[in-house]
Amino acid sequence: MITVASLTRTYGAFTAVDDITFTAEAGRVTGFLGPNGAGKSTTMRIMVGLTPATSGTAHINGQRFSDLPNPGLEVGVLLDASAQHAGRTGREILTVAQRMMGLPARRVDEMLELVSLTPDEAGRRVRHYSLGMRQRLGIATALLGDPGVLILDEPANGLDPAGIRWMRDLLRGYADQGGTVLLSSHLLHEIEVIADDLVVIGQGRIVAQGTKAELLRAAGTLVRTHDAPRLATALTASGMSVVPSTTTGGTDALRVDADPELVGKVAQQAGIALAELRAADGAGLEEMFLELTADTQREGAVA
Amino acid sequence: MTTTTLAPAPGRTGTPKPAPSPIPLSRITAVELRKSFDTRSGFWLLASIGITAVLATGAVLLWAPDSELTYDTFAAAIGFPMAVILPMIAVLSVTSEWSQRSGLTTFTLVPHRSRVILAKALVAIGVGVASMLLAFGIGAIGNIAGSAIAGVPTVWDDGFGVLGYIVLGNVLGLLVGFMLGTVIRNSAGAIVAYFVYSFVLPTLSMLLANGQQWFRDLQPWIDFNFAQGQLFNGSMSGEQWAHLGVAGTIWLVAPLAAGLAMLMRSEVK
Repeated sequence: MITVASLTRTYGAFTAVDDITFTAEAGRVTGFLGPNGAGKSTTMRIMVGLTPATSGTAHINGQRFSDLPNPGLEVGVLLDASAQHAGRTGREILTVAQRMMGLPARRVDEMLELVSLTPDEAGRRVRHYSLGMRQRLGIATALLGDPGVLILDEPANGLDPAGIRWMRDLLRGYADQGGTVLLSSHLLHEIEVIADDLVVIGQGRIVAQGTKAELLRAAGTLVRTHDAPRLATALTASGMSVVPSTTTGGTDALRVDADPELVGKVAQQAGIALAELRAADGAGLEEMFLELTADTQREGAVA
Repeated sequence: MTTTTLAPAPGRTGTPKPAPSPIPLSRITAVELRKSFDTRSGFWLLASIGITAVLATGAVLLWAPDSELTYDTFAAAIGFPMAVILPMIAVLSVTSEWSQRSGLTTFTLVPHRSRVILAKALVAIGVGVASMLLAFGIGAIGNIAGSAIAGVPTVWDDGFGVLGYIVLGNVLGLLVGFMLGTVIRNSAGAIVAYFVYSFVLPTLSMLLANGQQWFRDLQPWIDFNFAQGQLFNGSMSGEQWAHLGVAGTIWLVAPLAAGLAMLMRSEVK
């Protein structure tokens, strides 16, 4: 279990991580979602003691990371697959970690097999690795000590579709056996398919958190009409919260915080013809993600 | 690369494991020693110690006049490349964690940076002393071979005391490299700084001492290279030890302390 409480990190006047509090539970995959530069990596670095926090705490199984006697056996960490000495072979990188943790040497071969790196590939220097191979090596390093907690920063980067599928199954299996998995991504779809819980972060702050089911439900109804402004007025008058939606790619869609049936009734009473009316889940989470992080998006083009 | 959907990690039973025991310093040191050999650059840097020692011995055999074929000549010839290579090894052992970014793994496996740095220092000093002993051995073989070839008596003019001074001098040079690596934490920057430190600053100091009487009196106290140089002359007076202590505090101990303090608090990215 990972417990983060009121974590803050400032760089001069800039606040990279702003009063973040959340818990990643054992037996569940927690997705840490946010656009580039939202503070995901900084938060993860603070968790493992690479970056000092300005204030607040992060605990792993109730202990500070630096108090863990042999952290590799309790927490598997992959922050940046490219952060390895380019002149070492993949096998050597695993061997160095295996020795530091005091594990038997066979563990290296087990891990190489687990992440499907062939002996030939393992004997090559990391300089010649593709990003996907580096990710596999990084995952192997993280799993080496058979830890109960995994902290993975963008682990799917550079993996091919089969690799992403493989990693998803691996992490799912880990959580199902009681492990804690925290993984970050800036891609919603990637996280949506694997996470049980979501923590959405933008501009260093948590903008939403909860189970995936809760967050999907909160996404409400998607409705399309040729007279969106009038429908919006009618819905607002009925006490519903309405936001323009870009999910469909046009400007004629609205997302409403109510059941589709209710939205349909209001539209009928107002005499507005609807082009589409459906529950906004699936697409809803993406919309929520874009919307919640709109202020922080470099593109800033939402709605 | 084939992708197979494997069963969950082998050995992951889900049952609570006994509390792990702390990582002993001996293990960290052993791993750090391995890390200084296991890259191509690290391997050749270490190998170059032996290679340059042999080359320097060969050069003395070929070109030194017979009267100069003494152990001191061999020791001096071997000592010069050593004085450059050893500090580089010390620099890279620290800076590569940052320049190659392997520190992300190193400092998460051992979250106490002071222990990693201490292990690195032990390894650097150990490698330094072992290299010097190897070099002295190669020099001794050269001395025996050289005098035999030239038909002159074998002269052992450097006693163990003198060799001890040379080892100490080189270890100090190596620690300067270690200090610069700690302060700068960038391979290229720290190597350049080392050459400025050990070649540019002494020259400036010498020029200043030649031109200014007041500095000439002060120089032994504040010019670390000058104070260190006395070690290679084979004898040290009490005052010279004092010079070494004062200059070493200014140029080695103080910046090392500051560098370590920064390193403990810095971010590893």
